[in-house]
Amino acid sequence: MVKALERHRDGREWLASIVVWSAAALVTATFCWLLGDILWHGLSHLSWTFLTAPPRNAGREGGIGPILVSTALILGVCLGVSVPLGVGTAVLLAEFTTDASLFGRLTRRSLDVLSGVPSIVFGLFGNVFFCKTLGLGFSILSGGLTLACMVLPILIRSTEEGFRAVPAGYRLSAAALGLSRTTTLFHLLLPAAVPGLLVGLVLGVGRAMAETAALIFTSGYVDRMPESLLDSGRALSIHIFDLSMNVSGGDANAYASALVLVVLLLAINRTASWLAEHWLHRRIITI
Amino acid sequence: MDKCLALFMLKKYAALVAISMAALMSVPASAGGQATAADQLTGKLVITGASTLAPLIGEIGKRFESLHPNVRIDVQSGGSSRGVADTRQGLADIGMVSRAMKDDERDLSAFPVARDGVCPILHQENPVQALTDEQIVEIYTGKISNWKLVGGKDAPITVVNKADGRSTLEVFLQYFKLKNVEVKAQVVIGDNEQGVKTVAGNRNAIGYVSIGTAEYDAIHGVPIKLLPIGGVAASTENVRTGVFPLSRPLHLVTRITPSGLAKAFIEYAQSKAVHDLISQQYFVPLAH
Amino acid sequence: MTSSASNTLSRWPTDRLLLWLLRGAAAIAGAIVVLIVAFLVLEALPVLRHVGVARFFTDPSWHPAEGFYNLTPMLWGTVFAMVGSVLVATPLGILSAVFCHYYAPPAVARPYRWLIELLAGIPSVVYGFWGLVVLVPLIGAIHPPGPSLLAGIVILTIMILPTIALMADASLAIVPQQYLRGAAALGLPRWATIRGVVFPAAKSGLCTGVILETGRAIGETMAILMVCGNVVQTPHSLFDPIRTLTANIALEMAYALGDHRAALFVSGLVLMGMIAALVAAADWISHGRIYG
Repeated sequence: MVKALERHRDGREWLASIVVWSAAALVTATFCWLLGDILWHGLSHLSWTFLTAPPRNAGREGGIGPILVSTALILGVCLGVSVPLGVGTAVLLAEFTTDASLFGRLTRRSLDVLSGVPSIVFGLFGNVFFCKTLGLGFSILSGGLTLACMVLPILIRSTEEGFRAVPAGYRLSAAALGLSRTTTLFHLLLPAAVPGLLVGLVLGVGRAMAETAALIFTSGYVDRMPESLLDSGRALSIHIFDLSMNVSGGDANAYASALVLVVLLLAINRTASWLAEHWLHRRIITI
Repeated sequence: MDKCLALFMLKKYAALVAISMAALMSVPASAGGQATAADQLTGKLVITGASTLAPLIGEIGKRFESLHPNVRIDVQSGGSSRGVADTRQGLADIGMVSRAMKDDERDLSAFPVARDGVCPILHQENPVQALTDEQIVEIYTGKISNWKLVGGKDAPITVVNKADGRSTLEVFLQYFKLKNVEVKAQVVIGDNEQGVKTVAGNRNAIGYVSIGTAEYDAIHGVPIKLLPIGGVAASTENVRTGVFPLSRPLHLVTRITPSGLAKAFIEYAQSKAVHDLISQQYFVPLAH
Repeated sequence: MTSSASNTLSRWPTDRLLLWLLRGAAAIAGAIVVLIVAFLVLEALPVLRHVGVARFFTDPSWHPAEGFYNLTPMLWGTVFAMVGSVLVATPLGILSAVFCHYYAPPAVARPYRWLIELLAGIPSVVYGFWGLVVLVPLIGAIHPPGPSLLAGIVILTIMILPTIALMADASLAIVPQQYLRGAAALGLPRWATIRGVVFPAAKSGLCTGVILETGRAIGETMAILMVCGNVVQTPHSLFDPIRTLTANIALEMAYALGDHRAALFVSGLVLMGMIAALVAAADWISHGRIYG
């Protein structure tokens, strides 16, 4: 009887193994198909001139230099606004509000609703609020601020999860030692919560770079090198959209731009990961 | 944040001052009789509207900027209606509209800059070579639903229509005297390239797109073919000579009679100097 | 949970400053949704006033040019696409995370994680383009026309998978080591540990991941526009083309004026209502436990 139970359990384990490996294989295969497609079509058009020259002939020729600069600026504005706001809110929700507090509940619910707002609605909202009401016009600043709104819920929710994961022991020990809440936060809790923050950052940067509909109405379509944050600048995702859907014969450069975007993302993710590991997390020595 | 903004603004003004100084010191060489006026053109034009026109006006804008270094032409996308609305509200200096002007848009001044034809497209491997107007109407209203009824293979027809409000749709419906409620489509698309890719990926599809887009793609190896209408082959050449029946004008619009920079730009866009740019984007320059 | 959360009194002045700064940040974050809803309501008011809410669900069809504003087929399209993609992506994503932590050798787990992180950032345009050029003809070969609910579900699944996979990955990482050691000490085999010990411990993170991915699925615009066919009809099979509310806004906003434009904002409000309902349902089902 025991042997039969053991066999049943082993069978289940074996089945679980198969299912998990197949799931991973399926996911890997699909993504490799997609990435392979981009690589195959885009690699031949990549060159140093492509990365630095301005676009010509509606983007069919030339490169994406000014567009990379605009994208970097938009991302910079987005992260510069959303990271402090996001981490601050997450800290408040995780550390300074009880689970029963109305403020905490309302904020979390509204953030969840915010995470589901369609990108086009953000674009329209950004256009009316940032471009018209605040008078920023079509600009990198408007685009970055709109993206910050989109990225906030993801950042906040994952950072909050990161904070919840920190063992209560840390806080209790800090209180026992007489440390102020601020010191506990900056020296103990933030470094310990870094994995959650990192996931939020990676997902947020991903979402920001991937956005098209929100940026068309806010940071605009101009593919000139931007001279200030108030200039309109075309983001890489919009350039890819224009080349593949609006300009005939733009496919080749669309693929090359997509490849550049993928490589850029890889670089950003790896850098963020490395920074988080070596700079913040290492402060904590876990037993 | 504020400090960074201030620094950026400073850089921008410094750059503009430097450029103006350089421009003032160099001898401008401009075409036409605008030699003295060219140096003094400064400012920024914001142009919004149809995404079909945006690449073309962007290119014209770049050439205009190279002739007048103090000028900035910012072209934004967003659709013909946005072009009209923004121009009316003063949020844009010039609007781009990719269709004939409607009756309720008489308050705007419209300046045609090019023409574009619209033609049906099929997959290259579809044996059907031509369709009569009645056949196209019946296919689009769902009365004919299999290619064998018009001389093709025995396969169901996938009808590709454009989304409501698009100018290509309106031109198409107007010519074939249809209303959008009567059209029974299996796929609805937004931009021209989406239409081309949909038809290229489906051997039994029929759609209609701008001739410029279709011609460019067909020449560059995309597996589509353009159908003639009323016996006239679909080509930008035929649209230019006026023989091809289905075409739409592309306009720049302003709220009041344009003056200064806007006037100079519109005149430039309508001049012979940009005919090569218009042909490069596969539109048809207007004869003067 | 955090024992200090209820103690907001503190001797240190920096703590009070910090608290007010944090409250300010949270207020801004919370206010954004309110602003967006206010914006949508303002823009939608004109049509709500002359046409009334009921007609948005009872008109014969969606043809704004003729004055018909029925949103129901598109609502079904959104719901089916979302449900389908979440049902497929959630197990795949969670199993991916399980794979990374418990089944894969470290040399495989790291590149796998990098792959998923990369995929979180690929623009929807690229997914849509790939879908249009590769997936749609494939589906069309099986059953015309090709652009369909199925294509939408597949593309959406691929797009939301990284969200759930990464969140699940992070939540599995924070399961305390003692739990796993305890399970090993009891002699539990791998899958039993995962199912019985790890999942309940990681529950809150997993649920957050599901909510975030559902939000993404509802809100996706560009890719759906390119692969779903955009025909306004209630789908009766996986191969029917559909139009979602988001694709509708994207397609028609560029060319809509007056009542038509306001009607598009009404569909935006309907979407927000749907999300709010889902969040409320999730909250009620878990009796607030997912937030604790």
